Amino acid sequence: MSISTGSSRRVLEKGPSGWLAAPALVFFLLFAIIPLFGVLFLSFTKWDGLGEIKLDGLSSWTTVLTDPVTGNALWVTAKIMFFSFIVQAPISLLLGVFTSASQKYRAALAVLYFVPLLLSSAAVAIAYKALLDPNFGLGPGLGLPFLAQDWLGNSDLVLFVVVFVIAWQFVPFHTLIYQGGVRQIPASLYEAAQIDGAGRVQQFFAITLPQLKYTIITSSTLMVVGSLAYFDLVFVLTGGGPGYSTRLLPLHMYLTGFKANDMGAASALGVILVVIGLALALILQRLGGKNRNASQLEGA
Amino acid sequence: MEMQMVKLTLRSAAIAVTAAAVSISLAACGSSGPASSAGNADSATMWGLTGGNQPVLQKSIDAWNKAHPDEAIKLDFFANDAYKTKVRTAVGAGQGPTFIYGWGGGVLKSYVDSGQVADMSDFIASNPDVKSRYLPSVLKNGVIGGKTYALPNNNVQPVVLYYNKEVFDKIGAQAPKTWDELMALVPKFKAAGIAPFSLGGQSKWPDLMWLEYLVERIGGPDVFANIAANKPGAWSDPAVKEALSKIQELVDAGGFVNGFSSIAADSNADQALLYTGKAAMILQGGWIYQGMKKDAADFVKNGKLGYITFPSVSGGKGDPANVVGNPSNFWSISSKATDSQKKAALDYVKSGMFTDADTQALIDSGAVPVTTGIESKLAASPDKDFLSYVYGMAKNAPSFTLSWDQALSPAQGDAMLANLDQIFLKKISPDQFVSTMNATIGK
Repeated sequence: MSISTGSSRRVLEKGPSGWLAAPALVFFLLFAIIPLFGVLFLSFTKWDGLGEIKLDGLSSWTTVLTDPVTGNALWVTAKIMFFSFIVQAPISLLLGVFTSASQKYRAALAVLYFVPLLLSSAAVAIAYKALLDPNFGLGPGLGLPFLAQDWLGNSDLVLFVVVFVIAWQFVPFHTLIYQGGVRQIPASLYEAAQIDGAGRVQQFFAITLPQLKYTIITSSTLMVVGSLAYFDLVFVLTGGGPGYSTRLLPLHMYLTGFKANDMGAASALGVILVVIGLALALILQRLGGKNRNASQLEGA
Repeated sequence: MEMQMVKLTLRSAAIAVTAAAVSISLAACGSSGPASSAGNADSATMWGLTGGNQPVLQKSIDAWNKAHPDEAIKLDFFANDAYKTKVRTAVGAGQGPTFIYGWGGGVLKSYVDSGQVADMSDFIASNPDVKSRYLPSVLKNGVIGGKTYALPNNNVQPVVLYYNKEVFDKIGAQAPKTWDELMALVPKFKAAGIAPFSLGGQSKWPDLMWLEYLVERIGGPDVFANIAANKPGAWSDPAVKEALSKIQELVDAGGFVNGFSSIAADSNADQALLYTGKAAMILQGGWIYQGMKKDAADFVKNGKLGYITFPSVSGGKGDPANVVGNPSNFWSISSKATDSQKKAALDYVKSGMFTDADTQALIDSGAVPVTTGIESKLAASPDKDFLSYVYGMAKNAPSFTLSWDQALSPAQGDAMLANLDQIFLKKISPDQFVSTMNATIGK
């Protein structure tokens, strides 16, 4: 395949050369596909991380699939995914639209909003753990009793605390995506709408939202599939507790593999995680992919 | 030989594969490999733990390296929880340190079973001085199948019931000697607006101390010995159920500080509740004395800190002098180390550790070394009351049971801590706990 031959028209028809994907594919093959087969293999073995790896048939799979903790982990993951999306998507969309305008004060606010993006998940989790401490945290420190709840120790409350902290950390990232998306929308669309007498709210729903279709799909995919990878923050913040209340699937995988030292079961969980992640990503791409080639800018 | 090489490569590859796979789904939460040793590539390496004993160990190694530049040891420190995961992965991949820091028990056994740690029996036999310097009850925790695989390296860490004398005086109460007295204190402290017990429930392992002592006092040391020996149905012993019910009674009575399952022990928030007078008592390891000595020097110096052994339970079979906790930490020597690394390691064990300076440094930090003949040194310490108490407790205990999460296999330990957490939260009944744990026997 060579791009030097053929007219520019033909290059356009076929799209850019496939070779551009080669470096990424090589890395993907080396660090994702091959290890994936390794994990698949390990899921049919018994291994404690130290001794010999022994073939063990389906026993890891039966252990994992009959263990109520796995079902619970899936349920907790689904809940976190759902609530994270419900909380993060509208906030980051609105913030993205807000910060995309060119006024100075909005730029200043945008900089403030993006600060959490600079912090590592572990740092965020440690900070919140200290702030939420019922005896020495923010509530008792400021003398505000309603802030001195058993935030991380109450099984019913902890999930929402986790959703909040995750949102605090990741909303800035999605805001950034939406800000970029909004800035791509040609000003001429808004000018035309204004001439037709459309108000701000109408403009948002008739122009901004439809124009952001692909941005929304990208951001949603990252949010939904990303919630399968909320590990570090939850691990440091709650360790999966109290009980199994925040033991997400990735956390369950880690604890099974590296705390309980059952690499076979952990690998089986890893395979489940990969399958779910791929399925979700495919579904989301399908949702937005019907008129993939239709231009969003016709008449602009 | 070649077979072994193949196996080793396979295993390293498997670890690399697992690590890579984990890193895909977990983004960037991995840690870097062991730091390459500066200087001589063949010098012995040692991984220690941050915290209480870190400066003591650093000083000991510094002194050794200064006196023996040809057998220098490279020392790195890791945080407790991170270390436990890291060292296992590293040892499994053949990248472990020469000195492996451990707790004895189930983890040591898994190292022995997979041939990762060296047998030091001959070394002990030919060096009677090394053997005789240890308290025998502590030394035996490094012995598996009659062979010595680990030698104690720091201080005895029994679990102690600490109390704040000031708040006890305030309500005119005495430290509890029996479980009934303990339960009777709960409403009194609550009426005074003081939490009866502090508990770092988020860390889970402080919960375990309650179960360990209650089972010990009710049923004696055999109950857990049977569990550790993987006897089928061993968790069904009535002592386990009674202990779990007593825990839930104490939870119901409001014995533990509000929000105890939000409190982390690794940030020392649990002990802070005790010395700030917000809680009257705490059941914790001997090591928190070192922490309080640093964080609340006046509280400790002015004699406001009280300590007793866990109360007896009426009708219980266990000797009230029995102790649970960590007898010590241990050094094992990697069987994969080179000959010169092993030689340096054994030379250090022989003449570099528990030197007079080491022992004194441990005592000064508020810890009791696991060595014999230190009574006079303890008596000369400003912390002599606590130190002599702990020393006597460890020396005279008819039975010293290792912390269960260390004694059991990692899979059992993990399930036990998660389920015990549920007991404290009243999410499961003692019967559910027993049947879940019986299912882990042999895993």
